[in-house]
Amino acid sequence: MTVYLIRRLMQSALVVLAMTVILFLGVYAIGDPVEILISPDADQIERERAIAALGLDKPLWLQYVTFLQNAMRGDLGRSFVFNEPALKLILQKMPATLELAFAATIFAVLIGLPLGLWAGLRPDALSSRVIMAGSILGFSLPTFWVGLMLIMVFAVQLGWLPSTGRGPTAEFLGVQWSFLTLQGLRHLVLPAFNLSLFKISLVIRLTRAGVRETVLMDYVKFARAKGLSPRRVIFVHVLKNIMIPVLTVTALEFGSTIAFSVVTESIFAWPGMGKLIIDSIYVLDRPVIVAYLMIIVFMFIVLNFAVDVMYSALDPRVRLQDQRG
Amino acid sequence: MTPPPAEAATLGAAPLPAAAPPREETPLRRFVADFAESRVALGAFACFVAIVLAALFAPWIAPQNPYDLAQLDIMDGRMPPGTVGGAGFTYLLGTDDQGRDMFSGILYGLRISLAVGAGSAFIAFCVGTALGLIAAYFGGRTDTIIMRVVDLQLSFPSILVALMILAFLGKGILNVVIAIVVVEWAYYARTVRGTALVERRREYIEAATCLALSHSRIVFRHLLPNCMPPLIVIGTMQIARAIALEATLSFLGLGVPVTEPSLGLLIANGYEYMLSGRYWISFYPGIALLVTIVVINLVGDQLRDVLNPRLRR
Amino acid sequence: MVATLEVRSLRTHFFTKAGVLKAVDDVSFSIGEGRVLGLVGESGSGKTVTGFSILGLVDPPGRVVGGEILFKGRDLTGLSEEEWRQLRGRDIAMIFQDPMMTLNPVLRIDTQMIETVLAHERVSEQAARARAREALVQVGIPSPDERLKAYPHQFSGGMRQRVAIAIALLHRPALIIADEPTTALDVTIQGQILYEVQKLCRDTGTSLIWITHDLSVVAGLADEICVMYAGRIVEKGPVDAVLDAPLHPYTAGLIGSVPSRNVRGKRLAQIPGMTPSLLSLPPGCAFRSRCPRADDACLAEPEMTSPRPGREIRCFHPHLVDLVA
Repeated sequence: MTVYLIRRLMQSALVVLAMTVILFLGVYAIGDPVEILISPDADQIERERAIAALGLDKPLWLQYVTFLQNAMRGDLGRSFVFNEPALKLILQKMPATLELAFAATIFAVLIGLPLGLWAGLRPDALSSRVIMAGSILGFSLPTFWVGLMLIMVFAVQLGWLPSTGRGPTAEFLGVQWSFLTLQGLRHLVLPAFNLSLFKISLVIRLTRAGVRETVLMDYVKFARAKGLSPRRVIFVHVLKNIMIPVLTVTALEFGSTIAFSVVTESIFAWPGMGKLIIDSIYVLDRPVIVAYLMIIVFMFIVLNFAVDVMYSALDPRVRLQDQRG
Repeated sequence: MTPPPAEAATLGAAPLPAAAPPREETPLRRFVADFAESRVALGAFACFVAIVLAALFAPWIAPQNPYDLAQLDIMDGRMPPGTVGGAGFTYLLGTDDQGRDMFSGILYGLRISLAVGAGSAFIAFCVGTALGLIAAYFGGRTDTIIMRVVDLQLSFPSILVALMILAFLGKGILNVVIAIVVVEWAYYARTVRGTALVERRREYIEAATCLALSHSRIVFRHLLPNCMPPLIVIGTMQIARAIALEATLSFLGLGVPVTEPSLGLLIANGYEYMLSGRYWISFYPGIALLVTIVVINLVGDQLRDVLNPRLRR
Repeated sequence: MVATLEVRSLRTHFFTKAGVLKAVDDVSFSIGEGRVLGLVGESGSGKTVTGFSILGLVDPPGRVVGGEILFKGRDLTGLSEEEWRQLRGRDIAMIFQDPMMTLNPVLRIDTQMIETVLAHERVSEQAARARAREALVQVGIPSPDERLKAYPHQFSGGMRQRVAIAIALLHRPALIIADEPTTALDVTIQGQILYEVQKLCRDTGTSLIWITHDLSVVAGLADEICVMYAGRIVEKGPVDAVLDAPLHPYTAGLIGSVPSRNVRGKRLAQIPGMTPSLLSLPPGCAFRSRCPRADDACLAEPEMTSPRPGREIRCFHPHLVDLVA
């Protein structure tokens, strides 16, 4: 297994490097770095000073090296708007986004798995058809529109839940989290549900496909032939087999969820990284944009790698295959 | 115990029924018949055609041209659906803050949404298919390189890629199209490469190669048509995805300019009025967007079932 | 004395879109205590479906449409799901063909054995584990404690099948149905398993139905043999008598096509033609189109007759001529 892990680690490192090149080129070659990195309000003298400081007059490859060096040190530029290091800004907002993404993932599994199981075990029932139709809606509907509808129904019309913002927070491990307070939870429900909708549909379809395939397998028939109760057959034999792919995909999608939180955070005015980037794009606070992209790409790749490790730990067949190979 | 004479003549074989001349079953006819098996898909397709026609003929159908400032009466702004306006005609779906008729706005918005969505999807189709075919046909290093790029790109969420591109290039319709093309080409490439790899081994390609036909001829005249079925399915879904992506980007203010609003932008405009109860400004464009996307996805779903060779009944 | 199992005129049909498939069409046989019945036929002859029918494991679109299944005098055809569940694994057990697909790949061996014990008896987990261990010893698996903690894919094919046999024996069932259990194994292992199963059944007094397409397997193992063709039994009788002097042309063809019976250098004898599709069976005797002795009489459906005591066949033209006193 270690050989496999090292190989994956190298691959991930390569991808990270490739991404830095792309981002670098995007900023320094395609876009106009002067526009992007230097505040538009700067006058000529400040500009020239900034250009010299940022090394924009040096050859491209040298700029790349500086870029990388700075990135390693954690210096990803300074925000025009807030005049703070971009990295610090983003890290401040990260807990809010992570909270949202986790809640959405939990919703996706808690809601999607049982529904998918039901639809898989009774494929011809009316309820199953409704569930499958719902899942098509779930991934067709644009997230932002669903968010609007949720606000309209639950906040405006019914007044059950707050419409925008993050609730009060409590501290845990040195970071402020809102799910630790009751009001915080109330604020979390709608945006998390909104964000989770796409994943719920995914989980439903995956689970259902997995169940339909597994139920036909010989070992399920054998389990029944042994006289096991239907509950045990479903919840141990069938479920354990489909859990692995479902959990893997869910974990892989976590990165995607964080990316898509951009939309949800905008609608619900949730103060996370996503909202920060959209606001930054509006006001053309380019250093923050660049820093955000760097961080999220990095997170993404780390996440994929972690999932690979987890997968090989979970599936006994993969684990031993690598031991032998 | 002798069997009746007729049966004796057909020992060991069942007698043939009197054959009626069969209706000519071309692949197209069978495809249409298979597709029509699902009434939901059929309804969805009809709906889709209606939407496209409405968008095409918008200038003639719409009671008002919402971008002609002369026709607007700002006093009619924010009217609920059904109000009769100053000009004498009914605002079927209400008006927005500038007094623009929502119904007309939606029709014009549909045009933009469909044009940008379908247009980008089509360009992505051309680029992706070409690259996928090249990868499959030439194999070896070309294949590896192209597929690595595809895998890399597909592992990133579409919105992230789009954001990156718009961050570097700025706003505007052209950049949105570019962003969508960059997001979508990889799906086409991967699909077509898979199919093409299989088709490439078939005899007709061998035959064409023996005839010393040029590469481009083989690829485009022989290989491509046989790879079409999964491409059609993917293409349909991608159009829906492109429309949704454009709407999302426009909603976030990163997409089309205000002068030519797509449905996404219309929804964004009405967002602030949601909380004060004037839901129609966002709601109806949202429904229009929703219906369009769902309908396309339903058609695509049925297409996938019909064109899937493994489900051949 | 009541037979362990008596099947009378069993009919199991599959209702597919293409038509009604009569997989089992009027099958009758009986087995006494401690006896071994060989159920022989080509693939598609209905032997596996017969086995499933006895355990009530025929899944839609198939179902048992007629006949009686008397297990120790009790008719199983009207049982409720819960009664079936109690019966399976405890009174009647089944061994499937491919042990790789029969054992759940993501569950450990001990889990799969202990759950079988606990499905029918209220004992502690330790007691169940002890029973499982003992069962493994009984089937000749070395280091049973380690093996219990292993996963199916860590075993060889022969071992896995032994585990399956161990599971079948856990509750000392009165009847075991073995569906081609050695087909997927090496010939040498085949011999071992055959011998051990025979010994175990003799020791415990368990009746055994051994389903196979391989006559040579049946020859050394069974007491009685039933030959099936196209869903019907065409010949029944004591194994030595049937194999030495087959009455039905199909049986004769089967025996004649066994390679060891043929002369070296000459072409292998074969039954001409192919098994008919069960969806479009010709009228009359199903073997008619391939039978060297068929004539117009065979256009009518033959019934089971008993030309000699202890022998039954379904044919208008039995090989009576070969029965030399």
